[in-house]
Amino acid sequence: MKKYLSFFKMRLMAGLQYRTAALAGLSTQFVWGGMEILLYRALWSAHPERFPMGVEALAAYIWLQQAYLTFFALWHWDGEIMESVRTGAVAYELIRPTDLYGMWMARSLALRLSRGMLRSLPVILLGALIPAPWGLRLRVSPWAFGLFLLSTALMLLVVTSLTMLIYALCFFVTDHRGMFTVLTPVADLLGGGIVPLPFLPAGLRKIAELSPFGAMQNVPLRIFGGDIAGAEIARAMGLQAFWAAVLASAGYAVMRAGLRRTVIAGG
Amino acid sequence: MIEMRGINKTYRVRRREAGLSNAVKSLFSREYTQIPALRDMTFTIPDGQIVGYIGPNGAGKSTTIKILSGILRPDSGECRVNGLVPWEDRKKHVARLGVVFGQRSQLWWDVPVIDSLELLRDIYRVPEEKYRENLARLTELLELTELLKTPARMLSLGQRMRCEIAAALLHSPEVLFLDEPTIGLDAVSKLKMREFILEQNRLCGTTVILTTHDMQDVDALCSRVLLIGKGRLLLDGSTAEIRAMAGENLSTEESVADLYRRFGI
Repeated sequence: MKKYLSFFKMRLMAGLQYRTAALAGLSTQFVWGGMEILLYRALWSAHPERFPMGVEALAAYIWLQQAYLTFFALWHWDGEIMESVRTGAVAYELIRPTDLYGMWMARSLALRLSRGMLRSLPVILLGALIPAPWGLRLRVSPWAFGLFLLSTALMLLVVTSLTMLIYALCFFVTDHRGMFTVLTPVADLLGGGIVPLPFLPAGLRKIAELSPFGAMQNVPLRIFGGDIAGAEIARAMGLQAFWAAVLASAGYAVMRAGLRRTVIAGG
Repeated sequence: MIEMRGINKTYRVRRREAGLSNAVKSLFSREYTQIPALRDMTFTIPDGQIVGYIGPNGAGKSTTIKILSGILRPDSGECRVNGLVPWEDRKKHVARLGVVFGQRSQLWWDVPVIDSLELLRDIYRVPEEKYRENLARLTELLELTELLKTPARMLSLGQRMRCEIAAALLHSPEVLFLDEPTIGLDAVSKLKMREFILEQNRLCGTTVILTTHDMQDVDALCSRVLLIGKGRLLLDGSTAEIRAMAGENLSTEESVADLYRRFGI
C-alpha cells in the first residue's frame, strides 16, 4: 500500500508545480461561473415559476462545480499515461514490481486532487461574497453535508474508474484521441456538466440519472444545494457505488487483456 | 543465472502498399506478415558476467531484453532468470532487476531527480538504511550531488543518463539490463559510464547484459559477446575470438561489420 501512497504523493507534488496553470484556471472558472449565473438569472426572471430547481441550489451547484472542476469533470485526463501507451514508455512501468492498475489509479486520483487543491479555495471565497440568492451558501444540515462528502468520494471513484477503463482501452487503439472526442461531450451533457440534470427534458433526464455519467458530479452537487434529499440521496448514492464497482472491474479486466496482447515496438 | 532455451517469438505486422487507394483498401481487408523475431534462441549466462549482446538493427536484441524483463511472452521455449520465469512471476522477478533503456526515461520529468529516486525506493521497498547507503555510493561514483535537486527536464543527456543508471541500481538488483546506455553521450561521459559499470560489477557482482552498437563499449566492458542476427544466435565468444574469426588485425568494430556481411545479416 505504501508504494501506491508514494505514487500518489509524487503525482501530487508534480501537479503542484504548475502555478501559472492554476492561476489561469482559477480566473477562467470564476469568470465562467459568473457568466453562468448571469445567464440563469435572465432565464429565471423571465419565467420564475417554470424553474426546475431552487435558485439557491442552482447557485451552489454552479459555484461548487467551478471551484472543483478538476475533481468533477471527466475530461481531466492524465496525458502522460496515454502518451506512455502510445509511445511505449509504458515499458518502464511494466518493469516495476507493482500492479499497473493500482499505480495508475493512485496517479489519477492524485492528479485530480492536486489540480483541485490549488484553485478551489479562491473560487469558493469569491462565490461566497456574491449576494444571495446567487452566491454560494451552505444551507443544508451537517448530516447532509456529511453525505455530500461521502458522495464526493464515491464520485471520485466513479470518475477515476471510468478514466482507468479508457486508459486500458488505449492498449487496443493506435491513437486515443478519438475516444475522448466522443466521450467528452456525452459525459458533459449526461453528467450535468453543461446544465444541471433537472434542466434536461424528462426522458433524457431519466436516462442521464441512471447512466454512469449521472453518478458523477450530479450527485454531490445536488446534495450540497439541497436539491435532493432523503430517499433520493440514498438511491443516487447506491447508483454511484454500483457504477464504481462495475467500471472498476471492467477497467481491470480490459487492462489485463490489454497487457497480455501488448507488444512494445522499437528498441 | 540466466537461461534461455529454444525461445521463439513471431510478430504479426500489418503491411500495405503506398497510396490512398491502398489505405482505403486496408480498411476492409488487412494483410499481415509474420516476422520471426527470435528463432530457437538458447544461451546461459552465469552470475556476475558482463555480456555484450550485439547484432544489427532488427536482429531481435530488444525482443530478448523484453522477454527477459517479463514484458513480453514468447511463443514457445523456456526461460529462467535466477529460477523465475519472467512473464509468469513478473512482480517477483522485476524486483530483482534493474533496466536502463537508453532511449526512454524513467525519471519524472518535472520534479527534482531525488523525488523520483524516493518514489523508486518506496516502489521497490528498499529499507531506509540500504537506500541511504546505495544513494551515497551512487552519488559519489556518478557525481550526482548537484543533479539530485534539479528537475529531470533541466538535465543534459549525459547528466540524465547518470541519474537513470542510479535509478536502476537503487534497489541493488542482481541483474542489470542496459539497452544502449551510452547512446548520444560525449567522450568523457562515455568513459565515466563504462568505468562505473565495471566498478558496479566488481563490487556487487551484478550480472550485466548490455545491448549496444558501440563496439568500444563492448571492448571496454564485456568478457563475452553474443552476436545475433535475424533472430538467431550466430556467435558466442570473447571479443578476442570475434577478432580472430574476422582475421587480419581488424578492430572489433571492423570485425563485427565483417561478420555481419559474412552471415548475410
